Amino acid sequence: MGARLGAWTSLAVIGFLYAVPLVWGFLVSLKTSAQAAAPGLGVLPRFEGEGELSLLSLAYWSRFFEQAAANYHDVWTSPIADFPLYLRNSLLVAVLSVLGTLVSSSIVAYGFSRLAWRGRDAVFTLVLATMMVPQAVVIAPSYLLFRELGWIGTFAPLWAPAWFSGASSVFMLRQFFLTIPRELDEAARIDGCSHVGVFVRVILPLSRPALAAVGLFQFVASWNDFLGPLVFLNHQEQYTLQLGLANYYAQHGGTPWNLVMAFSTLVILPVLLLFLLTRRLFVEGVATQGLKE
Amino acid sequence: MKRPPFLVALPWILPWAVGFVAFLAVPIAMSLWYSFNDYSLLEPAAFVALDNYRELAGDPLFWRVTRNTLFYGLASSGLSVALSLLIAALLETRVRGASLVRAIVFIPVLVPAVSGAVSWLWLYNPRFGLINSALSKLGVDGPDWLGSTAWAMPSFIVMGLWVIGSSVLVYSAALQDVPRTLYESASIDGVGRLGRFRHVTLPMVSPAVLFNGVMSLIWSLQLFAPPHLMTRGGPEETTYTYSMYVYNNAFIYGRMGYASALAWLQILVTLALTLIVLAVGRRFVYYRAA
Repeated sequence: MGARLGAWTSLAVIGFLYAVPLVWGFLVSLKTSAQAAAPGLGVLPRFEGEGELSLLSLAYWSRFFEQAAANYHDVWTSPIADFPLYLRNSLLVAVLSVLGTLVSSSIVAYGFSRLAWRGRDAVFTLVLATMMVPQAVVIAPSYLLFRELGWIGTFAPLWAPAWFSGASSVFMLRQFFLTIPRELDEAARIDGCSHVGVFVRVILPLSRPALAAVGLFQFVASWNDFLGPLVFLNHQEQYTLQLGLANYYAQHGGTPWNLVMAFSTLVILPVLLLFLLTRRLFVEGVATQGLKE
Repeated sequence: MKRPPFLVALPWILPWAVGFVAFLAVPIAMSLWYSFNDYSLLEPAAFVALDNYRELAGDPLFWRVTRNTLFYGLASSGLSVALSLLIAALLETRVRGASLVRAIVFIPVLVPAVSGAVSWLWLYNPRFGLINSALSKLGVDGPDWLGSTAWAMPSFIVMGLWVIGSSVLVYSAALQDVPRTLYESASIDGVGRLGRFRHVTLPMVSPAVLFNGVMSLIWSLQLFAPPHLMTRGGPEETTYTYSMYVYNNAFIYGRMGYASALAWLQILVTLALTLIVLAVGRRFVYYRAA
């Protein structure tokens, strides 16, 4: 079984390499600023008592948690970055976008899966095409529009478009709606349900997993968005966590890396927790969608 | 009493139609108009016809960023297609711990660009970064990765390969669809492991290869956040990308007209690539998902 051993070894190496950037960043966030900026491969922080404290001593671990807590506390209460405010801004944008995309995309997906109309497939191809338009390509054109609307310097450009459905959300929901047996709609229609009735009473309740996946994807996309806030916001009080982190590390100019890493860890954490709690939804969602980079 | 089907469907697709026109078609049309203007955002636009496009042709920086971006795009998407197929094939062996590795490889997809940039800045740091610390244990004096004209762009390519979790998932789905019987009959005919990969697996997953390849090319040609945050395009503009040039012209240099011309070229190239994806990927995308 040499081949299986070879596969196992290669996967172990790959897993290790892919884990290093984040794990190492997290470990740096636990160190003192002097240790963070020192060369070497030391994984855990070191503390001096009378001589270097041993990993097995209680004193080491009390210092360890003291240092870690101090770093994260410094980030939370930093005078140059209002972390709690950025957190609130990020949550506001993400929650409004998730609500918007769920409401609008499910309605649109119903129109593409349950109603037969001429030109539907051609229009749906157009939806697929827009799914592939990267944000960076349309950011400058969008700026021109939002400027006309007076939306620059407000949160609106970051969440309002989500209320007009997102191509990938429509795609995922449509694919899911197609798997719901038609007989269920027809039974409801015979009982006198309109399309609205079928949508609300039959389709939506059966689509909870797909709706959850779409909501998760939108949350991650909004939470992680950097270019949008960078271009459309212009006051520090409006910063989202992504802008806050970019600004924080620029202001620090590379000095307390432990604090930059603590900030970064806090920014990744919600998304990582969501992923760990709902791994199946994520994996199936990406496989259905077949894209998103 | 029966209304025509299109009118019944219209209210349902209206949110998409409005959004498509308002947030995509109108901005793109506006930027086409401004690409024929000299427009600083502060003063009213002045019509200059094709001047912006003419200037592009003679702008050395335009050619520079185009070359950089094409180099990054081709290298990064080519390597990512190969590496993610390799990883997906390894995961399909279902050895112990494979699902853990699958999760670990996927996680970077979820990491925000700024956090990724911060982590990699630290790994690449010439003095105390992990890479050079590890190299010095081996007695090698590592270069200043992001500060060297030779290493900066390759460093971004490596960093891009960290984020291939989605193509791995697409390959995994494609690999699971290859009928087992094909492998069995190939084995009976005495075809070895490599031969089976070459003659059974590769042809069967080729639509996925093409799809992942073009998708990853579309995305890598937009590279913005990592060089914007980590090198500002330096050293000596070796990591200055097309999207950064659009951004800088639009929002830093106050040259929205010129930026619009740049953006329009980018839109046309993306559109062409998208048509390729739709043409070749259609079968794959449709049947994969259902």
